[in-house]
Amino acid sequence: MAIKNKKLNLKDKYQYLTRDMAWEPTYQKKEDIYPDEQFEGIKITDWSQWEDPFRLTMDAYWKYQAEKEKKLYAIFDAFAQNNGHQNITDARYVNALKLFLSGVSPLEYAAFQGYARVGRQFSGAGARVACQLQAIDELRHSQTQQHAMSHYNKHFNGLHDAAHQHDRIWFLSVPKSFFDDARSAGPFEFLTAISFSFEYVLTNLLFVPFMSGAAYNGDMATVTFGFSAQSDEARHMTLGLEVIKFILEQHEDNVPIIQRWIDKWFWRGFRLLSLVGMMMDYMLPNKVMSWAEAWEVYYEQNGGALFKDLERYGIRPPKYQDVANAAKNHVSHQAWGTFYQYSQATNFHTWMPEEEEMTWLSEKYPETFDKYYRARFEHWDKEQKEGRRFYNNTLPQLCQVCQIPVIFTEKDDPSVFSHRQIKHEGERYHFCSDGCCDIFKNEPEKYIQAWLPVHQIYQGNCGGADVATVVEKYYHINLGVDNMEYHGSPDHQRWLDIKGLKPLQSNSEKKTAA
Amino acid sequence: MTIEIKTTSVEPIRNTYSAIARRFGDKPATRYQEASFDIEAKTNFHYRPLWDPKRTLNDPSRTAMQMDDWYAVTDPRQFFYGAYVGNRAKMQEAAESNFGFCDKRNLLTRLPEETQHQLLRLLVPLRHVELGANMNNSKIAGDAIATTVAQMHMFAATDRLGIGQYLSRIALLLDGSTGKALDESKTFWMDDELWQPMRKLVEDMLVIDDWFELTLVQNVLLDGLMYPLIYDRMDAWLGEQGAEDVSLLTEFQRDWFKESLRWTNAMTKTVVGESEGNREQLQIWVTQWEPRAYEALKPIAQATTGLDALDEIRAELSVRLKKVGLESTGVQA
Amino acid sequence: MSQKVFIAFQDNDNARYLVEAVMQDNPEAEVQHQPAMIRIEAEKRLVINRATMEETLGREWDVQEMLIDVISIGGNVDEDDDHFILQWN
Repeated sequence: MAIKNKKLNLKDKYQYLTRDMAWEPTYQKKEDIYPDEQFEGIKITDWSQWEDPFRLTMDAYWKYQAEKEKKLYAIFDAFAQNNGHQNITDARYVNALKLFLSGVSPLEYAAFQGYARVGRQFSGAGARVACQLQAIDELRHSQTQQHAMSHYNKHFNGLHDAAHQHDRIWFLSVPKSFFDDARSAGPFEFLTAISFSFEYVLTNLLFVPFMSGAAYNGDMATVTFGFSAQSDEARHMTLGLEVIKFILEQHEDNVPIIQRWIDKWFWRGFRLLSLVGMMMDYMLPNKVMSWAEAWEVYYEQNGGALFKDLERYGIRPPKYQDVANAAKNHVSHQAWGTFYQYSQATNFHTWMPEEEEMTWLSEKYPETFDKYYRARFEHWDKEQKEGRRFYNNTLPQLCQVCQIPVIFTEKDDPSVFSHRQIKHEGERYHFCSDGCCDIFKNEPEKYIQAWLPVHQIYQGNCGGADVATVVEKYYHINLGVDNMEYHGSPDHQRWLDIKGLKPLQSNSEKKTAA
Repeated sequence: MTIEIKTTSVEPIRNTYSAIARRFGDKPATRYQEASFDIEAKTNFHYRPLWDPKRTLNDPSRTAMQMDDWYAVTDPRQFFYGAYVGNRAKMQEAAESNFGFCDKRNLLTRLPEETQHQLLRLLVPLRHVELGANMNNSKIAGDAIATTVAQMHMFAATDRLGIGQYLSRIALLLDGSTGKALDESKTFWMDDELWQPMRKLVEDMLVIDDWFELTLVQNVLLDGLMYPLIYDRMDAWLGEQGAEDVSLLTEFQRDWFKESLRWTNAMTKTVVGESEGNREQLQIWVTQWEPRAYEALKPIAQATTGLDALDEIRAELSVRLKKVGLESTGVQA
Repeated sequence: MSQKVFIAFQDNDNARYLVEAVMQDNPEAEVQHQPAMIRIEAEKRLVINRATMEETLGREWDVQEMLIDVISIGGNVDEDDDHFILQWN
């Protein structure tokens, strides 16, 4: 090789080491090799315009990731060997982990499957490679989470059967249907849903609260896996933004499709995050920031900057963003109030906030907490202390799309439940909001298939007709051990034992669920 | 405040997750176990995929192979993500040092022009085969329905990308990182008669729908012939041409293939052993695809090691298949 | 409307050097110390230069090394051998 041209720069070199390995097939038709690339109507005129969101060759990937894993597992080992679970602020905190392991970790796994699939489907090799690296990262997250929680599972109840429960428990159909929805869509919608709407727009609202919460509550294992996972997330977020820009730049016909997907996935994500909101405001003994504050920073401020940037493509902020912004002062209280009532059917404990926590909530939600929620919570607290812990034994009406019980209120009137219904082919369907109702109207044939837990119980598909049987036999929840009121629970007793304290007399527990 | 820790409260109340305890008993579990078993969704899927409306998500019928429990297929290496990247980080460190050594001493550019040309024609085009292998394994990872199976294929997918990158870097060493040699090498892949049976095979594999058929064809049959031919026999042949230093740059592949035999053999054995039905279907696929893999490699063997070498390797593969109850035809083993 | 880009690092030793270098190159940026993390935000644009990092660290530094410590980002990414830039258009 006597003649030397110009040395490749990083970008071109990376292209040679990824997409240049691909070629134009001649023995098989492109549409047979990539059969799923067309049906969504997205038009890609030139894959070579794809901007690689990061330029990590496999050797560097192995090196950096191994370094991260080495650090992480050293801490897991130290945590377990030193019984790190004894250093958390309070055992109530562990319930946030139960929610995480059963609600979030299975999504990491679903993301792995989804990205492995789309990592094969695009005819653009640059996009495929980026998706594959995200696939293996997501596998990492699902596995490090199992390992981070492993020690907690040995010392607390309710963490023991998360994946089984994710497939079955009524409220876990909220996150599960979210990811099933994305995975059952085409590859471009999957990326718009997960890479853009979820990873880029909303992931900070999931991870930062959980991880900062862990840091504030002495949970070394979770902080460590969380931040270690987030270092991958920065790559995923970059992919999310590049994907959207790429699709929008390829063809103007893509704009309305993408806008509809952004509207849909913003709303689905917002509903899903109600669970995180309640975790932040109610399940952390040491509070980090309120859900409303997190929403302001991570959605209103960051999302605002993002959608302003996307204006030039003809993209506007998601429909019903105003409803979501207004709801920031309500969702966490409404969600916690619901989980409190149905705690006989959850895989974690609930409780009413202590007086100083009520004060914090009043301060953080000056316009809503005292006015709409405090009185009910104080009443429930009193009832519990007098031995009449309230459980609601009627099964709730679920939204056909987000699958959350119809518990949220109207934007302009927090005293009225938001409830929509429509008839489709002779059947009546119920929704929590215009957002969810619109999603249904766009794809009714998809959402009529939803596996709605409450319907399934009534139809006898969950192992029995009464709550106790469903909960114990079908959900694998140890009733009264894994769940129900925190005060007086085995976890509570054990925690007092660890801390050398005696249980309070008044907190004797009655099982009223069965 | 004095904290009195009672021993009872330090004792664990259980040793592992329930799903793991159901399989292995309530005893302390390994990290491989907790990371690999029963973490994948199994039931109550909400919507049928728009891209495959006849099936559900995570549908076992995406392959004709039937297993009572796909978690019966396990990884002898016990790789979960952390163990996998740890292992590969060590392998890449060795590779990096070899590439650095060759670069510093100009070991490749010192080779005669003709030998350099041979590398670009005979070795570097395999990067495209690796990309096909990468795509196939990613598809399998997305379709397989047990983590123990899916993760092995995900690791294989990224491995193959990495191997494609190492092969590409050989060309970058030859042309001083201009990309010119890769452009040249790609023309062989596209147009040289020698590569067309292989390119056709790779493109045909990209339309295989059944994921287990695909893992058999890619990871057992094609690799089972291609890796020994290229990285043992052709490597020796290159040495005879005075290019023994190239060996340093393909060490990763040799180590990798040796290791991959562990899981591919174990997987095939378990699936064949499950039922006569599985064995029969696998036998049909072996009969159909093994000769294609052989034919695809034939021109490369003829241009380098001679056909005898490929025939010997074919016989070795036949022995390997026989051990798991499958037979390959066309060989006097 | 203000358009802030941001980057968040794990609060560890590497982050001290990163923060120092970032602040040198982006004097307008604001550093926020949050639980276990450090967040830096700036109006419209934030740049991390390899040269500044190398000077701060007193050794060679690869832009990709940063990936180990980053928790989150906001803004369009432009990365090459010499810098990592976050910006809104």
